[in-house]
Formats: sequence, structure tokens, C-alpha cells
Amino acid sequence: MTWRDDWRRVRAIAWKDLTTERRSKAGFNGVVALAVTMLVLFGFALGPGAGALRDAAAGALWLTVLFSGVLAFNRSYQVELETGALEQLLLYPGPRWTIFTGKLLANLAFVALMLVIVVFVGMLLFQVEVPVAWARLLAVLALGTVGMVSMGTFYAAMASRSRAREVLLPLLLFPMLVPLLLAAMQASKALLTGDMMQEAGAWTKLLMAYDIIFLVATHLAFEHVIEA
Amino acid sequence: MKPDGATVIADAVPPASRSIRWRWFGAFALLFLIGAQLYGLLRSPPDRDMGQLQKIMYVHVPAAWIMSLTFVVVLFYSVRYLWRGREADDLLAASAAEVGTTFNGLTLVLGMIWARLTWGVWWAWDARVTSTLVLFLIFVGYLSLRALVDEPQRRAQWSAAVGILGAINVPIVYMSVRWWRTLHQVQSSPATVDPVYVLSLRLNSFAFLFLMIYFIHRRYEAALLSRAAEHAAEAVALGGR
Repeated sequence: MTWRDDWRRVRAIAWKDLTTERRSKAGFNGVVALAVTMLVLFGFALGPGAGALRDAAAGALWLTVLFSGVLAFNRSYQVELETGALEQLLLYPGPRWTIFTGKLLANLAFVALMLVIVVFVGMLLFQVEVPVAWARLLAVLALGTVGMVSMGTFYAAMASRSRAREVLLPLLLFPMLVPLLLAAMQASKALLTGDMMQEAGAWTKLLMAYDIIFLVATHLAFEHVIEA
Repeated sequence: MKPDGATVIADAVPPASRSIRWRWFGAFALLFLIGAQLYGLLRSPPDRDMGQLQKIMYVHVPAAWIMSLTFVVVLFYSVRYLWRGREADDLLAASAAEVGTTFNGLTLVLGMIWARLTWGVWWAWDARVTSTLVLFLIFVGYLSLRALVDEPQRRAQWSAAVGILGAINVPIVYMSVRWWRTLHQVQSSPATVDPVYVLSLRLNSFAFLFLMIYFIHRRYEAALLSRAAEHAAEAVALGGR
């Protein structure tokens, strides 16, 4: 019954992170406020023509989620680093990947909640209608978020414990996310405009492949990263 | 007698690597490069359509090949470091990453000059060009990580993980950007290239290969020395000398 024990550890870590976040709230509120501000700024850069706004909506949305997400990823280790709790977390028995999965789930909940608000505000500001293929768009949003959060949580485990963490995380993370962002942006854009060229399917497959490859790779590599 | 810093450093570097042979090899690599350039510029004929401009290919293509080879070296030593945990593997991976990033930058700059003159723009967002740039950015991140982490074992573990994940990402980046848009000509092979150009390409490839080996060796030597200096500083601090 070891997998059941592992799952319990994962849940405990995720629950702990979410509880800290829920009790302070300052982090989440700040990040969401920043995301909305960024959407408005993107509107200034791209608007005010309705056509141009609609064309750029998918790109602006994903970049907003990316920039705000970066703040969340570093935060998820910060509380433990400040109180020196990470060493104790490592002393507990059980495999290390459960720590990663737990943090990943907590970050996923954080970013997903933020995404709901960003998508809602984005649709209002960028004058986007709910597309016919809304279920597929939801799937693309979910796949993109999973990939982004797993990579972000992994790289933050290093960046948050180095000098100049604010610079290092984006420097490591953004180039690695290029395929994910391209696929997510292109798929979302295609679905928002009716997918005339039938290209959303191929991009969604790329997203799935990216998610699977890097979920496995980050889980395998995390042990080497957290112990050092 | 306790060893002072200088002898600790001298002991840490294997004498073979300081041998005169490597110096001769460096001189040979440089002369080979000069020879390959002279042949390419003076002896090989200008292209029918592109004239002398075609000669950028003699350095652009080998630089790209050697860049890819160097990153394979990074991947190899990163995996071996995580497997066996020897410091030498980490330092070799780091040296190869530095040399690879240099060749990567060279490839990009030469490619941009070529693009400006043939396609009319400095940057065309073509698939291979763009993924080469993303690769460059990934390894700039790798080198920044190394610069920003001081503790040697942590630096080694982390950069091995970052190097391996970066290498996994290269084909995915390439595929995604190719789907996005493409313009780059398909790879040529010796069968499609006139023999007079093949010789010049081969000469340059070997010149770049020799340079790469020499550079990696020199960077590795420097890395050994700076590690030895760190050890010496530690020893001196602990020994109260």
C-alpha cells in the first residue's frame, strides 16, 4: 500500500501550501491585481480597434498568466525558506517526488483560480465572445496550465534558493516554455476564431506530448534538485 | 608543513593537462583554421547565383554543426555526472556549455548576415533560426545559473538537471517553431553540393572541431584551477594559515 502512503504525503503538502495561502490571501490578491493590470496594459499596446484586440487576445492572455504565474512559483518555496522548514520537510520519510507533486498541485490550484479571473476579465476587455468549441478551449487552457505550472514549480525549486531569484527563474523558465506557449497560444487563437484551418487539434496534441514528457522529466529530476 | 594555496592549486591540476602537447594542438588548430579560411576565400570559386556571399556558408554551417556536437557533449557529461557524481564531469559539462554557447552565438550572427543579404531581413522568424535562438537562451540560463549558485555540489546537481531538461526540449522547440512557420532551405548533403564547395566545408568543419576541443580543454583547465583555488581558500580558512 505504498502508493496510498505517497498519495497521503502529496495531499498533506498540497493542503499545507494551500492553507498558508488561504490564511494570508495577500499573495493571491496581489497576483490577481497584477494580472488584471497587465491585461489593461496589453489593451493599451494592442487596441483600441476591436479586431486587433480580438486577434491578440489569446497571446495577451497567456503572457499575462505566465508573468503572474512566475510570482506564484517562487512564492511557493519562499515561506519554507524563510522559516527554515525545507530541511525538516526533507527529513520526513518517503520519496522526494511527493514534495514536488504536492507543491505542483497547490500551485495548480492557485494558477487555475487566477486563470478563471484572467479569462473572464480578458473576454470583457478584449471583446471576445464565448466560442462554439468552448469545451476544447477549456481543455487547451487546462493542458497549458499543467505544463506551465509543472515547469515553474520545478525551476523555482532552484531559483528560489539562489542569489537573484527574481531574475533567474524567468531566465531559466521562459525559453523552456517556448513550445508550450506557442502551442497554447495558437490553439486558443484557432478555437476563438472558429478553427477554420483545423489546426487546433495538432497544437493540442503537441501540448499533451509536452505535458507528459516534462511531467515525467521534472518528477525524475526533482530529487537531484531538492537534495543539493 | 601545511600546504599553502599555490601548492594546493598545483597539485589539483593533473600535470598531463599542463603539458606542451596541448599548446601544440592549439597552435595546430589555429593554423588549420587560417588555412581553411585561405582555401575558402582564395581557391574555391564564387557561387553562380550568390557570388562571394556564398562563402559565409563555409563558416556558418560548420559553426552550427559544432554547436550541436558541443551540446551533445554537455548532455553526455550532465547525465554522467548525475550517474557517477564526479566533479570532473560537471566541470567538463560546464566547459562544453560555454564553448557551445559561443558557437551558438557565432551561428546566429553569421546566419543573420546571410539572411540580410539573401532574404532581405536580419531576422525572418524561420523555424531553424528561431529554435537556434531559443537554444541560445536556454544555455544562457544554464550559464547564469552556474554564475549565481556558489555552493559547488548544488551548482553541479542543478546545472546537470537544467542541462538535461534543456536538451530534451530542443527537438520539441524545433517542431513547434516549424509548425508555426518556416522558410529555411532544406539541409544540403554532399550529394547536392558541388565537390569544390564540399572540400571547403569539410576543411572548415575540421578546423572548428579542433578549435572546439582545444577551447573545451582550456576552459576545463581553468575550471579545475578555480575549483582548486576554492578548495585552497577553504583549507586556508579552516587551517587558520
